[in-house]
Amino acid sequence: MMKTRIRIPLPTLASLALAGGLVAVPYAAFAGNYDLTVAKAKVEIDGRTVEKLTVNGSVPGPTLRLREGEKATITVANEADEPTSMHWHGILLPGIMDGAPGFNGFMGIAPGASYTYTFDIRQSGTYWYHSHTGTQDQSVLGAIVIEPAAPPPFPAERDYVVLLGDITPENSDHVLRNLKADPGYYNYNKRTLRDFFGDAREQGFGAALRDRLDWGEMRMDPTDLADVTGYAFLVNGKQPAENETFIFRKGERTRLRLINGSAMTLFDVRIPGLKMKVVAADGNDVEPVSVDEIRMGVAERYDVIVEPDGEGPYTIFAESIDRAGYARATLAANEGAEGPIPERRPRALLAMDDMGAAHGGHAGYDMDGAKDEHGGARDDHGGHEGHGHEGHGDVHQMDDRHDGHDGHDGHHMHEMQHDGAAHESPSAPARAVGWASGFPEGSKVLAYEDLRARAAPGDNRPPDRSIEMRLTGNMERYVWTLNDKRFGEAAPIRVRYGERVRIDFVNETMMAHPMHLHGMFFELENGAGAHRPLKDTVIVPPGKSVSVILTAREVGAWPLHCHLLYHMASGMMTAFVVEPPDAAEAGITPDGASLPLAISHDGHGGHAGHGGM
Amino acid sequence: MRKMLLAALLGSFAFPGTGRAEPGDVVAMDHGAEIFRRIVVEADYAARDGGQWRWHVDGWIGGDSERVWIRSEGKIEDGRAEEAELQLLYGWNVHPFWDVLLGVRQDFEPRGETYLAAGVTGLAPYFFETDATAFLSTEGDLSLRLEQSLDIPVTQKLIAEPHVELNAFAQDVPERGIGAGFSGVAAGLQLRYEITRRFAPYADLVWERALGETASIARGRGEDVEVTTLRFGVRAMF
Ligand SMILES: [Cu+2]
Repeated sequence: MMKTRIRIPLPTLASLALAGGLVAVPYAAFAGNYDLTVAKAKVEIDGRTVEKLTVNGSVPGPTLRLREGEKATITVANEADEPTSMHWHGILLPGIMDGAPGFNGFMGIAPGASYTYTFDIRQSGTYWYHSHTGTQDQSVLGAIVIEPAAPPPFPAERDYVVLLGDITPENSDHVLRNLKADPGYYNYNKRTLRDFFGDAREQGFGAALRDRLDWGEMRMDPTDLADVTGYAFLVNGKQPAENETFIFRKGERTRLRLINGSAMTLFDVRIPGLKMKVVAADGNDVEPVSVDEIRMGVAERYDVIVEPDGEGPYTIFAESIDRAGYARATLAANEGAEGPIPERRPRALLAMDDMGAAHGGHAGYDMDGAKDEHGGARDDHGGHEGHGHEGHGDVHQMDDRHDGHDGHDGHHMHEMQHDGAAHESPSAPARAVGWASGFPEGSKVLAYEDLRARAAPGDNRPPDRSIEMRLTGNMERYVWTLNDKRFGEAAPIRVRYGERVRIDFVNETMMAHPMHLHGMFFELENGAGAHRPLKDTVIVPPGKSVSVILTAREVGAWPLHCHLLYHMASGMMTAFVVEPPDAAEAGITPDGASLPLAISHDGHGGHAGHGGM
Repeated sequence: MRKMLLAALLGSFAFPGTGRAEPGDVVAMDHGAEIFRRIVVEADYAARDGGQWRWHVDGWIGGDSERVWIRSEGKIEDGRAEEAELQLLYGWNVHPFWDVLLGVRQDFEPRGETYLAAGVTGLAPYFFETDATAFLSTEGDLSLRLEQSLDIPVTQKLIAEPHVELNAFAQDVPERGIGAGFSGVAAGLQLRYEITRRFAPYADLVWERALGETASIARGRGEDVEVTTLRFGVRAMF
C-alpha cells in the first residue's frame, strides 16, 4: 500500500495547522501525524479574560489535515487537572479509537497522561474533533479536513474551513447546575404581561387568553428555542468584531467547509448576495443543490461552493435560531474589508404543533398516550422504501397528525414561500410562529429532502427491522432522555453485524435535537430513493419524526446521542452496540480489528473505503 | 436504579446481563454531574409590632429522581423569635411534575413540637407551584397546609408572584388557640426584580386572616383576626 507521509517539525506543523483556516492548502503538505495538548489557557470572550480548556492553547484547536488512504497517528496529551478525551466526529474507525469514555474499553485520558490514536483513513470530507468528557466540548474542539484519494468531483480554487462555535465566559459545568436549578434560567425571552396585552390588542382578549391557557395547561413555554444564552458566537474562534476574513478573487470558486461546532446553538447560515451550492453533507458528496440559507444543527457539516461574480465583500452570516446573536465572517478581495451586516430577524415563537400536539395536549409528557399514537403511525410505514415525500416538507408525513394547523405545519426546513408569518418586513416584523419559520419569503432554504447522495450507497436492501427511538424529556427538571430513560438506565440497543436496521427518531419534545451516531453513517430516509444521503447527525425538529437506515458494518459499542451538550450531559444518550460476527469469523472484524475490541486495537490492515463510502 | 447509577459513577458498572468485559460493554462515565441543588431563601422586614422580621427557606439537594428537601420559616418580632420551624424531607419523583415527600418537622417556637410530615410538591397545570403537606404531631394532632404560587413576568426581570397559603386542622388544639376546620388563610402579591436569577429584592403585600373556630378563639382573646402587612426583603437562590 502506498503511503505518503511528510514529517514536518512540530512548530511548522502547528503554524500550518493554525493557518489552515485562513489559507487554501488544496494539495499542500499532508501529515497524518499530529500532537494535540489539552490544557487550560486564557481566552478572551466579550472582553472578559477567562480560563478555558483548550487544544494547543486556542479555541478552536488546529485544523487536522489528513488524506484518504493514509494512517492517522494523533497523540493527545492531557495537561489539564481533570480527565479528558478526544472524539473524531464522523470518522470510521475501530471502537477503541473513537474516544468516547466508557465505550469499547476507552476510559478517557487521565491528567498528566497521553493517548495515541491510530486509525486508517477510509473516507474523505469535512469532519471535526471534540472532547467527549463532561461539558468540555464547548472549548475543546477543532476541524478535520480529509482530502480524497481521487480528485474531488467539485473542484474549487480556494478551500476554507468555517468552524462555527459558541462560547460562554461562564464555567460550562455551572451552566448545567443553573439549568437544573431553574430550566428557564437563561430564558430572557419569556412571554410577559406586556406581551399579553400586545397580543390581546392584536388578536382579541379571548384569543390571547386562550393561547396562554393552552400553553399553561401543558406547563410549557413557547419561547423555549434555546436553553442557554450568554454565548459569544464564533467563526474559527473569532467573534463578529474580529471579522474572520476569507480572501477570494472574482470568478473563483471557493469551497467553504461549514461546520457547526457549537455546544448548544443551531445556526441559520446565509451569505446575502450569493447562492451557496451545497456539494457535501456531513463529509459525504451530494448532488449539488443551490440554496440561499442552511439551518445547521450542532455537529452538522455542509460543504458549499460559492462563485462570486462581483468583488464583494460578502458577509457570511450565521444567526443563532433563538436570535440571541450571530457569528459572521467576510469573503473579500483583501483583508480589512467588511460586508454589510444584515438586519436582525425577530425570534420565532413555537407553535402548538411543534410540540407533538398529536399527543393529546400532553406534549410528550403523557407517555402512554404518546405510545398509542405512534404505534399506529409506525405501522403505516412498515415496508416503505424512501416513502416518496419529494413534494412536501416533512420527512414523516404520517406523524403529523394534526391537520388543523396548515398555516405553519409540516415545513421542516423547506422552502418558505407560503408562510405569511415568516416574512421579513422592516416596518412591522411579524413574529414568526413555528420552529421552522422565520426565513425570508421566497428564499430557498436547504431541506433534507434536497439532499441526494452523489453515489448511491451500495446496500439498498429494505431494513430487517425498525427501532423506535423516542426523544423525550422533562423540561421542568431539565432531564433529557431517550425512550424516557437517561443514559445508564436503559440497556444498549444491540444489533447483529451486517444487520440492516431502521431507526425512527420520534421527537416528543418541544426542542430540536441533532441526533448523532458514532462510528457509522446512517442513510437519511428523505425520499431520495437509492440515493439516500449519508449523514452522521440529523436534526429531529420539535414534534416531528425522522428515520434513518444503516447497515451495521462497524463492530463495537457506539454512542448514540443528542449533540446539544447539556442534553447529552443530562442523559440524552444511549449505546448502539454492533455485535461481532458469529464464531466462524470471530476474531477479525471488517476493520481488521481483532476482538475483543475492549482490549486490543492493533492489527488492522489498510482496508480503505468499504462501508457505504 | 439509583444505586446502579451511583456505581456507574464510580466507574465500576457494566450494563446488566454481562458478567464480564465484552465488546458491547459500556461504562457510564464522564457525562456530567449528578448532584444539583436549588435552595431559595427569602428574608424580609415589616415595620409593625416593633419591627417584624420573617424568613422563608425552601429547596432541595439531589438528583433528577430523588432529592432531600429542606424548608424553614419563622418570624422575629421586637427582637424575639415568635415562630420558628424546620422541615427535613426526602422526596421521590413520581410524575414529570410531581414529587412525593416524607420527613419530619420540628417547631422551636412558639413551643417545641415534633411532627411527621408527608406531602406532595410540584407544578400544577397553568404553572401553579403547589405544595400540600400533612403534619401529624407527637400529640396526635393532624393538620394540613396548602400553598400555591404563580410567577407572572411583567417584564423579563420584574416578576409578579401572587401566592396563597391555607391551613386546616382535624381537631382542636387548645394550647395553640386553634379550632378544628380551616384555621387561617394568607394571600399576597410579591413583586420582585430579578437583578440576576439568583438575587432579587422584593416587596410583598400580604393579607392574613384567621378562619372559623380559630378566629372565634382569637376574638375571645381580644386579638386581631385580620392583618395586612407590607414587607420588603430579598430573595436569593443558592
Ligand atoms: Cu458526537
